[in-house]
Amino acid sequence: MAVKNLPADTSPVSFLQGVALNLRRHMVAMARRQGAGYIAQGLGIADTLAALYFHELRYDPARPDWVGRDRFLLSTGHYSIALWAALAEAGVIPVAELDSYGADDSRLDMSTLDTTPGVEMIGGSLGHGLGQAVGMALGLRLQQSEGRVFCELSDGEMQEGATWEAAMAGASFGLDTLVALIDCNGIQADGAIVLRMEPVADKWRAFGWETTEIDGNDMAQIVNALHGARSRSGKPKAIVLRTTPGKGIPTLEHRERAHFVRVDLGEWDALARELETFHG
Amino acid sequence: MVERGRTLAMGQDETTGTRPTVEAPFGKALADVARTHDKIVGLTADLGKYTDILPFRDAHPGRFFNVGMAEQNLVAIAAGLARTGHIPFATTYGVFATRRAYDFIAIACAHSRVNVKIIAGLPGLTTGYGGTHQAIEDFGLMRLIPNLVVIDPCDATEIAQATQALADYDGPVYMRLLRGLVPVVLDPARYRFRIGVATRIREGSDIGIVSTGLMTERALDTADALARRGLSVGVLHVPTIKPFDADAVAEFAAAVGQLVTAENHVTSGGLASLVAEALFERGVARSLLRIGLPDSFVPCGSVATLQDRYGLTAPRMAAAILAARG
Repeated sequence: MAVKNLPADTSPVSFLQGVALNLRRHMVAMARRQGAGYIAQGLGIADTLAALYFHELRYDPARPDWVGRDRFLLSTGHYSIALWAALAEAGVIPVAELDSYGADDSRLDMSTLDTTPGVEMIGGSLGHGLGQAVGMALGLRLQQSEGRVFCELSDGEMQEGATWEAAMAGASFGLDTLVALIDCNGIQADGAIVLRMEPVADKWRAFGWETTEIDGNDMAQIVNALHGARSRSGKPKAIVLRTTPGKGIPTLEHRERAHFVRVDLGEWDALARELETFHG
Repeated sequence: MVERGRTLAMGQDETTGTRPTVEAPFGKALADVARTHDKIVGLTADLGKYTDILPFRDAHPGRFFNVGMAEQNLVAIAAGLARTGHIPFATTYGVFATRRAYDFIAIACAHSRVNVKIIAGLPGLTTGYGGTHQAIEDFGLMRLIPNLVVIDPCDATEIAQATQALADYDGPVYMRLLRGLVPVVLDPARYRFRIGVATRIREGSDIGIVSTGLMTERALDTADALARRGLSVGVLHVPTIKPFDADAVAEFAAAVGQLVTAENHVTSGGLASLVAEALFERGVARSLLRIGLPDSFVPCGSVATLQDRYGLTAPRMAAAILAARG
């Protein structure tokens, strides 16, 4: 059993920061070839994915369908650029395949389909993730499996009512192996978040979730929060991640229209240089 | 003064009173099937009592989950359970499964053939609670979803057999539910339900009725009534709306005079449309009498009154067929 990255008691923060930088490098290269994409969201969630795939999740990259694995659900399927980078870096899919992102007949679509190894659900229709995560956590508990379930969702996605249906169920069923990772990056398709979502953490606490709120681009805080979420307290866990879209590339961090980024061909070199200059 | 019909409780029975009945055939069958299928789990969205799943809950309490009034979440949780190897049977009313949870059925279940069984109560006109509760267009909605199997069983025998068939079949299914005291129309010793297979249950050549769901019972009664007038009436029972047994329909249609469809559904988008598509595709042009609900919402009232007004009873069917013959 080649289970990768068993949780360790020590927090290799600098190692994981290096992984996150690699994920960002992959994403810039993929977006450059595609010419456009949801790279701002991908850069924002990169630190969380690095911590998950290289520290927290129990899985076997050679057998992504291993039944005892932890599940990671990317509910925001349009963040796929980040998931492909993470799956490649983790060895689930070949790094060379990242070239095909968004191309015809590629497995690495702009929005996730579950036909790609390592993808646990179809994530394009927002509001679908957490309910399926509740079902998986219930299913694994029925089988007395050790497997845990991590579900990424976003602040805009919380506007979908199904999210709260699932939040009620997860707490009612006492699913303490379920972890919601809520990416609060402040943007949605029409621009800045259009409804008042705050106070986000209070909402999840009120729904019965053990909730922490952190800087989602601070690796030490991420590792610490994931460690805290291992407790078998009888409650599901919510980690509210305050992230910066475009994190690591200042030009993108300050871009107002960040939901779907189009960049001129010549500009990508400058963005790639920024990533190397400003990371950390 | 004539006593008017009254809208009864939601849990009223499906029986028409002329045949023996079985109580809660779905829940009993599911409880039985789950003794051998240990991966079966049961879910409902606050309609356990009204969808007959309580016999399963009582037999297998650790495998039953009530998710509250949340049909999108019902389907999502079922999909998650299926993705961990379970066989979820999720019950609610057809209106809520289809109209509220459509996106979840399409994407979380059907898209990747996830092994979820959706059991849909109050099909067509089987409640007097009006448009909010009557799933009059669910065939149309569900048959358009790729990969999804759609079933409308006609009686207690078929519900029991279909429940076993659903458990054995690896893939998403939408099955309509008849609940409460459900009549026995088909002989369990002779009838065998198979997904996708239509069965000729009465031979006849003057008139051929293609029927599904509870309309098959009425089609048989209609055939008896017309036989007394010297007409020979065949009945082809089509319990599976998708995949549709087009060959059986074409063969049946070729051997009868007047062709009739009978469905507990609006007459577009469902059985009649499927029959027309099947025949035209094979180059067969036939006049078709479509018995079913009109293109309108149905008001509240007693089921007996409404089914009579909307032409779903055997006497009204017989009258419609005779009128069509001129």
